[in-house]
Amino acid sequence: MTYLAKPKLHHPTLAKNQIGYTRRDYEGAISTLCAGCGHDSISAAIVQACWELDIEPHRVAKLSGIGCSSKTPTYFLGNSHGFNSVHGRMPSVVTGANLANRELIYLGVSGDGDSASIGIGQFAHCMRRGVNMLYIVENNGVYGLTKGQFSATADKGSKSKRGVTNTDEPVDMIGLALMLGATFVARSFSGDKKQLVPLIRAAIEHRGAAFIDVISPCVAFNNHPGSTKSYEFVRQHNEAVNRLDFIEGRSEITADYAPGEIVEVTQHDGSVLRLRKLAPDYDPTNRVKVMNYLQERAAEGEVVTGLLYIKPDSADLHQYLNTVDTPLNQLAERDLCPGSVMLERINAALR
Amino acid sequence: MKPTDIGVPDYFHKVVDCQWACPAHTPVPEYIRLIAAGRYGDAYMVNWWSNVFPGILGRTCDRPCEPACRRGRVEERNTEKAEPVAICRLKRVAADYKEDIRGRLPKAPKHKNGRRVACVGAGPASLTVARDLAPLGYKVTVFDQDPRAGGMIWSQIPRFRLPMEVIDEEVDYILGLDVEFRGGTRIDSLKQLMAEGYDAIFIGCGAPRGRDLDVPGRQEAAANIHVGIDWLSSVSFGHVASIGKRVIVLGGGNTAMDCCRTSRRLGGDDVKVIVRSGFEEMKASPWEKEDAMHEGIPILNYLVPKAFIHENGRLTGMTFEKVRAEYDAKGRRKLIPTGEPDQHFECDDVLVAVGQENAFPWIERDAGIEFDQWGMPVVDKATLQSTVPNVFFGGDAAFGPKNIIWAVAHGHDAAVSIDKLLNGEDVHERPAPGVSLVSQKMGIHEWSYDNDVSLANRYQVPWRDQKLTLKDIKVEVELGFDQKSGFAEAQRCLNCDVQTVFTGKLCIECDACVDICPMDCITFTENAEEADLRKRLNAPATDTSQDLYVSDALKTGRIMAKDEDVCLHCGLCAERCPTGAWDMQKFLLQMTHAGPACRTPARKAA
Repeated sequence: MTYLAKPKLHHPTLAKNQIGYTRRDYEGAISTLCAGCGHDSISAAIVQACWELDIEPHRVAKLSGIGCSSKTPTYFLGNSHGFNSVHGRMPSVVTGANLANRELIYLGVSGDGDSASIGIGQFAHCMRRGVNMLYIVENNGVYGLTKGQFSATADKGSKSKRGVTNTDEPVDMIGLALMLGATFVARSFSGDKKQLVPLIRAAIEHRGAAFIDVISPCVAFNNHPGSTKSYEFVRQHNEAVNRLDFIEGRSEITADYAPGEIVEVTQHDGSVLRLRKLAPDYDPTNRVKVMNYLQERAAEGEVVTGLLYIKPDSADLHQYLNTVDTPLNQLAERDLCPGSVMLERINAALR
Repeated sequence: MKPTDIGVPDYFHKVVDCQWACPAHTPVPEYIRLIAAGRYGDAYMVNWWSNVFPGILGRTCDRPCEPACRRGRVEERNTEKAEPVAICRLKRVAADYKEDIRGRLPKAPKHKNGRRVACVGAGPASLTVARDLAPLGYKVTVFDQDPRAGGMIWSQIPRFRLPMEVIDEEVDYILGLDVEFRGGTRIDSLKQLMAEGYDAIFIGCGAPRGRDLDVPGRQEAAANIHVGIDWLSSVSFGHVASIGKRVIVLGGGNTAMDCCRTSRRLGGDDVKVIVRSGFEEMKASPWEKEDAMHEGIPILNYLVPKAFIHENGRLTGMTFEKVRAEYDAKGRRKLIPTGEPDQHFECDDVLVAVGQENAFPWIERDAGIEFDQWGMPVVDKATLQSTVPNVFFGGDAAFGPKNIIWAVAHGHDAAVSIDKLLNGEDVHERPAPGVSLVSQKMGIHEWSYDNDVSLANRYQVPWRDQKLTLKDIKVEVELGFDQKSGFAEAQRCLNCDVQTVFTGKLCIECDACVDICPMDCITFTENAEEADLRKRLNAPATDTSQDLYVSDALKTGRIMAKDEDVCLHCGLCAERCPTGAWDMQKFLLQMTHAGPACRTPARKAA
């Protein structure tokens, strides 16, 4: 936590994006989280991704529930729409907002408590309905605001700061998201922005329910030996299956690859995600294989990261409901009411 | 890159750009903080120990610190006009508002150490030697041809820039240390002075000869052609009180600026400065040019003097050849005539301020002092010792015309040499500076310095009404900051001496510092050679005059690399660091002056 606002001064060479904003223009208020909190790094990654995508801040709606993670939308995209909802109820609010105005970019920020405990039902239905959004869980395996109890994502056998061993099975958010039909599923680590920023970019561009589980160490209560969500543990057990290096039409190729090293995924809008393979034979478009692979690696104690699953021909709730292209909140009475002549005609047809 | 060794005093000293650039290495941020705290006397004393003449320098310094000031780089592309902190004028704030500090000055010891030192010339270099040596018990005698002490400080700098009271006050602090001043005593023979048995002689007689301009008409029109520095000192002495209505000043240095502005006050209505070079290359400080132009004095450039025009033995004007600058492959400038017709300017008087030269007619060439091919004494740059071991040179007399702050720096160095020499030590063994590095942490988010960076632009020093200043040569033009604007300007200082100190073994690489840094100074990356590393940082580090602060390999094998260039020293990296790997620590470097501290430790123990 810092009392001073971040000085407005910036590096003299700080670049502007296509719409004339610097990265600093996408920042929010100064964070009041603990120093070193992984969540702040995720906020910085969101800032970077939105800047790179040339997103107009007023086109983003950021929504959250309750918890350390759910405070973070205050700390990024200070010029975007925000909604801080009831604990665990962010998915419902996003669903409603998305139905009312399909033109905004929806960014749901939640934590392991907000999504895996009180809001697990909300999370489930949001995923299976395919609400077009990016759902980020800032996952630290611990209840930070109430001083360090295990959360529902804490691994069985991991130790609390006081030395107590967790006896409960963890809720596997990635497994749930896959099972429930999320069409973009990724896991990353707050301490690895090189991996996280491209994933956020791709997820924002994805149509349908995109879910990123970001392991985000709690420096105050879950960064000790025995924790499986500490900086050190995650770095040691991080097994990235791929690196998202390139999104066609958006950024430049950063490296040359030998043939066979690349997986290309063409999305609904024709854009191509170029993934550098790190695990041989890993196919992120085969949901059954992905689920098996993740179970196997998890049994080995590894934390698998990267773009784990993507459904190229994804669809979203609006498509399923066959809504009109015009956002519903822009439909006026003229559009919605067919008029008495039409009513007469319909009634006549039914007589 | 190898990890940075912050134990070498130069590393953090360089980060304090202003102090590094100052010839006397005045701890600038230290005194600026004291000004902000309203502790003017303390701020004055920090200056007085370091640069001896805070009130004088606060009005007249060449301020090498200001172009170096980090604030100027930080504001680039952040404000319309990037400007450094007004360091020089803040020095004046300390001098203007200080309480009586006489009780805090050193006292001359009752018992002298039996050593006698002669200083030739009573300018800033000699007075610094006297200030450093007199409190140690040396009997210092200062000779000057003028009846007053101060040298060029009072004879060449006009009163409207530097009032007499300010000079008197600071010169008297030194003479009050039981320093003997023999004014009106011209030294005509070094050999004779050497024969008087002084243990050491310091020569700080300045560069007293103004360069003349030998073009046709010089002799015939001599009555209305004056050499700048001689004319300025005649004005200071009160021998000259008027000048013609139309005046041409030749030359582009600070003396030329003093000449033209003085002319404006002595009856010159139509005063212009004419220089050979381009306006940008003029030697005068930018602010002195501005001050002159503000008084309605045009500066005409690329005009080479061709002839003084005279009628019946009276100067009527000057002709100039129009030139342009051309640079050869080596970047050397050549002035090429443009072929346009010569330009003629009418005038009543001409002031020639085209440079100063050293002159040592009073040093016999068989006195043992070696001179080089340009007639300059052979002087060691570090010790200021001449080829006669107990004769030292300093100020303009040593290496040609510079400025007051360089003279002070020479004075300190020469005093160290004299003290060591007379204690039987090797003068070439120079004392290390005194250095301390202390954490400024007072609480979780509390620091013992104000880390909230001011966004204000540089404050303008108010001027007195021109109607008053152009009438009377003794009326000071600048009013100086009042306490309120002095505080506000002091708050612009970034506290570059409060260093970001990194302890790699505490770092957990959480990126918190990277995320919070407003200037993108910090990067965690794979190590590489410096040139490569500079390109790979979060913000490119193109200013190679500014160091990279590089850590040892961290747990992931990466290193921390911080570009010092535009760091705000806001301490947010340290506030956001969960493990205390970053800390803000005040680096205070004080030069070691003459006295027991400058002597070798072995002798101290004995």
